[in-house]
Amino acid sequence: MLQIENLKVEIEGREILKGITLSVKKGEIHAIMGPNGSGKSTLASVLAGKNFGEITGGKITYMGRNLLEMEAEDRAKEGIFLGFQYPIEIPGVSMVNFMKTAVNEHRKYRGEEPLSSSDFLKLMREKKELVKIESGLTNRSVNEGFSGGEKKRNEIFQMAMLEPKLAILDETDSGLDIDALKIVANGVNELKTPENAAIVITHYQRLLDYIIPDVVHVLYDGRIVKTGGKDLAVELEKLGYDWIKKGDDTVKYG
Amino acid sequence: MEKEQDKILNEVTSGDYKYGFYTDIDMETIPKGLNEDVVRLISAKKQEPEWMLEFRLKAYKAWQGKKMPQWAHLKIPEINYQDIIYYAAPKQKAGLSSLDEIDPELLETFNKLGIPLEEQKRLTGVAVDAVMDSISVKTTFKETLAELGIIFCSFSEAVREHPDLVKKYMGTVVPYTDNYFAALNSAVFSDGSFCYIPKGVRCPMELSTYFRINAANTGQFERTLIVAEDDSYLSYLEGCTAPMRDENQLHAAIVEIVAERNAEVKYSTVQNWYPGDKNGKGGIYNFVTKRGICKGENSKISWTQVETGSAITWKYPSCILKGHNSSGEFYSVAVTNNHQQADTGTKMIHMGKNTRSIIVSKGISAGKSQNSYRGLVKVLKNASNARNFSQCDSLLLGDKCGAHTFPYVEVDNQTGIVEHEATTSKIGEDQIFYCNQRGISTEDAIGLIVNGYAKEVLNKLPMEFAVEAQKLLQISLEGSVG
Repeated sequence: MLQIENLKVEIEGREILKGITLSVKKGEIHAIMGPNGSGKSTLASVLAGKNFGEITGGKITYMGRNLLEMEAEDRAKEGIFLGFQYPIEIPGVSMVNFMKTAVNEHRKYRGEEPLSSSDFLKLMREKKELVKIESGLTNRSVNEGFSGGEKKRNEIFQMAMLEPKLAILDETDSGLDIDALKIVANGVNELKTPENAAIVITHYQRLLDYIIPDVVHVLYDGRIVKTGGKDLAVELEKLGYDWIKKGDDTVKYG
Repeated sequence: MEKEQDKILNEVTSGDYKYGFYTDIDMETIPKGLNEDVVRLISAKKQEPEWMLEFRLKAYKAWQGKKMPQWAHLKIPEINYQDIIYYAAPKQKAGLSSLDEIDPELLETFNKLGIPLEEQKRLTGVAVDAVMDSISVKTTFKETLAELGIIFCSFSEAVREHPDLVKKYMGTVVPYTDNYFAALNSAVFSDGSFCYIPKGVRCPMELSTYFRINAANTGQFERTLIVAEDDSYLSYLEGCTAPMRDENQLHAAIVEIVAERNAEVKYSTVQNWYPGDKNGKGGIYNFVTKRGICKGENSKISWTQVETGSAITWKYPSCILKGHNSSGEFYSVAVTNNHQQADTGTKMIHMGKNTRSIIVSKGISAGKSQNSYRGLVKVLKNASNARNFSQCDSLLLGDKCGAHTFPYVEVDNQTGIVEHEATTSKIGEDQIFYCNQRGISTEDAIGLIVNGYAKEVLNKLPMEFAVEAQKLLQISLEGSVG
């Protein structure tokens, strides 16, 4: 589904991603772990098509297409969803209106008729139940005045509404208490099918107690320094990132 | 990426003005220029009584002694008042049996503008007074309203049929000496609407005036007078459009509202005069004096305006809160794009005790435009327990436009409470990217964000108008994302 080959990204003259290679097949959940500043969020933003920095090398193929040539909105309509680390507030725009516009844009792209208001509200109710989100959230303006946890749950709700092929969750667990964490993890698990895939970016191992990844990558200083099964996350939690750093140093200087 | 954003912004804000057509119709016009004879000629054309002519002549004198106001944050090119036609009226075609019959060409013009003048074609309960250039073409639902004692007719007709009412109220809220443009209007005004709601009557439908400038080189000077007697209610709408032309055209209007005891008047405007082209060529100069007086206790006047058109807008719909416990409201969305300039706001004059006012102003600037809010909140000595809340927000699209706020507060009574809040924001790239990531195009994202920003004001508009205004906002900003 997704192949990243030797991706290099510079921001303001500083190389942030120094050659990432990664392959995600449908039906898989990949976890990307790493300390702060290792380039995790940059990778997520590049995949979603945010205009920043400069791609200095490598390529990304998504469903057989050159992803880097696609506009952000087209990537979204082709099934890429980014769960934001810091969801953006849009004052005065109701969640209902926002989501209805988004869902109907996706439908238009697929050549389908827009949903009627009643069908749309029905869909919203179903999805709210699925991801266990209190209904008050959707009557408010997009993320405005939401608590940190509400914002993250709102991201999962939007993911449920848009049914992406590839979901990228950027530190969706950060700042969440354990109950909120379970709701978020439950949402991801509920939405999992053999046809779609997810990349879960996280700093901590604890999210992976609830979302079981097929592959774990450790990103450090712009490179993937280790790849393994779900046990890698446990090991990392036990030994801390210092272990990786040391390992990396060994590679570099050893 | 900056460039990319600018490009999209440009596309979104350079939408075409869809009311820019011209109706080729036989017109009766008088020669260009302004002098005492022209004032007399206009009065004669309208077969006015002597007292009306006297009013005009006094106003003309007052205007001659005044200078164009310079205090607004506007660059106003010199206006040659001798180069303007002050009276242009569509000719009544021979063969029409009565005054009630309208030239089909005019009907078609208003149909094209979405204002059908045949009563049976009106979907909802809105009565219209349609004004083209210098005269009122048709007023609908007059008979239905008359059954309730409501008078709704053109200003000219009011002068003929209801001289006592016109004499009693005209110029009492906006005297002809008020300002340069008010004096000019009082001298040469040609038509407009008159509305009288008798005691205890709740007007069952929205009343509206639709102003259309059609003729070239012509100024439009209309006046509206609204009187709401004790315990009455009225919701009034005003819309305006003009053809696209390379020359600037002048529009200087007066609106006066009188609200007696317990009366409530809501006045809503969607101003969509031709704004000029992308390079700032052409467009209407819109210099308008709108003012209402809450004369009686517990009366209320509420102004709502959506200003998207005109090359230059100079306009401050105001309330004089004279009656105790009376209240005034001003809700405004002003959009400027390309080279448009707007200096708009309100004055709330608290005279009575326990008077309240609310000001909500939302400015949206794009392109190379300049958008200013100018407002005065004045609490006089005897106005104890007066309250005002003002909120002035500015939204910037792109980095070549300007937003300015000039709030004036004068409080002469210790018990008054005046609050002012102001924000300036830019549509963030982050907000647009967030929408993009959900599959929403940049243009649609801007539409969503702008309408969300203006929602508080749009919600104050009557339903039918609100939908129209929302679309208008998006069109006005076509080509201007940032």
